[in-house]
Amino acid sequence: MDINSNKYTYLFSIVMVVIVAAMLSYAAIALKPAQDANIELEKKQEILSSINVVVQRDSAGPAFDQYIKQSLVIRNGKIVENPTQPAFNIDLAAAVSQPLETREVPLYVANVGGKEFYIIPMRGKGLWGPVWGNLSLEKDGNTVFGASFGHKSETPGLGAEISTVLFSGQFVGKKILNGSNFVSIAVVKGKTSSEHEVQGISGGTITSVGVQSMIQDCLAPYIEYLKTFGSAVAPAPVSADTLTAEVSSL
Amino acid sequence: MSSNEQSKPKSGLFSKENRKLLADPFNMQNPVTVQVLGICSSLAITVKLQPAIVMGVSVLVVTAFSNLITSLLRNLIPNRIRIIVQLVVVAALVIIVDQILKAYVYDVSKQLSVFVGLIITNCILMGRIEAFALGNTPWKSFLDGIGNGAGYAVVLIVIAFIRELLGSGQLYGYQVVPTDWYLNPETGTGFYSNNGMMLLPPMALIVVAIIIWVQRSKFKDLIEK
Repeated sequence: MDINSNKYTYLFSIVMVVIVAAMLSYAAIALKPAQDANIELEKKQEILSSINVVVQRDSAGPAFDQYIKQSLVIRNGKIVENPTQPAFNIDLAAAVSQPLETREVPLYVANVGGKEFYIIPMRGKGLWGPVWGNLSLEKDGNTVFGASFGHKSETPGLGAEISTVLFSGQFVGKKILNGSNFVSIAVVKGKTSSEHEVQGISGGTITSVGVQSMIQDCLAPYIEYLKTFGSAVAPAPVSADTLTAEVSSL
Repeated sequence: MSSNEQSKPKSGLFSKENRKLLADPFNMQNPVTVQVLGICSSLAITVKLQPAIVMGVSVLVVTAFSNLITSLLRNLIPNRIRIIVQLVVVAALVIIVDQILKAYVYDVSKQLSVFVGLIITNCILMGRIEAFALGNTPWKSFLDGIGNGAGYAVVLIVIAFIRELLGSGQLYGYQVVPTDWYLNPETGTGFYSNNGMMLLPPMALIVVAIIIWVQRSKFKDLIEK
């Protein structure tokens, strides 16, 4: 057969595409479990780094089980009993796009050296892509114990600086509540003037503002729950059924 | 089969001619320092040794197998779509390499980020396929691919060695410069500090230039007339 005929060219292309597609699908499916395990370990590693527990990725699994005592699902300031999926499996990217009242978000309760900490995972928008982070609060549900941030594609040296300790270290000791009002933590230009502010990144204004609104937005669903810590009385767990009833009556 | 290429008497697997295919790209035909191909990635991922080594090995695997596969198919590929076929072969291999890195060396794959995907655009690959694999037997093409991939990897590793040593005081992530040497602004002890410039791409370009300079002053044949 003439290898330069149209018929042969079409035939060759079709056979090539089918073979290559089959190979790539096989590779993707065969390697998926190992890749997912890596992503899960990385998530655990990031959660732990917000309570200043720094571990290698390989040992993140056992360390997570050691420090994280409870994983709760929170909706509208109340614990959801019998959640439809475990807290760790909640896709935060999808959750933050839902309205506050119906949003189901995870809360991790950690125990380090006998002290309890509450870890809130966050996700928001930066300049070029998503930014995310974890904020850990002390037992009073108000004071920040630690924070860690990550990003997909912020500019190196500018927006990407949010993932450095220089930026995230500022959050330690800041407060999210003023009395019983939720004021969040603002990312500001220049000097900070209160315990509700941290310094932004020069040249990374859009990323800094993105972090600010991420914190504001992602803390909101927890506030009613966190406020109860001040009086040291945990609210009674509400079952999912009554919650749905409450929400629909809103 | 085209008639002219197989007419010579069969040579051994590692005959002098075949060894030359492997050895030439290390020095006299080096893809980076002599042919000045693949410069972009050699600037981007040579801040540390580990990603440079992984990148070098990835490119080596892709050049070797894309050469081999194209050479096996060389008498079947319709001439009009040959560049597309070459791209498909290279792209498929790169995606497989990327998936394997993500599964087994996740941290390095994050550091390399888009550069693994960009192996497709590395001129060394298309250059070797078009110039060599389409006209030579599979074994020779395979050796040529290994030689060129290794020639690229060696340059990458040399650059990364210099940059990591001078820029971070480390090699392969291990501290090499003694920590008491470092200048401590509080106590006033120590005398050394890392060269931050080494971590930035412009210094990589200067390091490449110095390597080219050293090579050409040693091998005068390489100097352009």
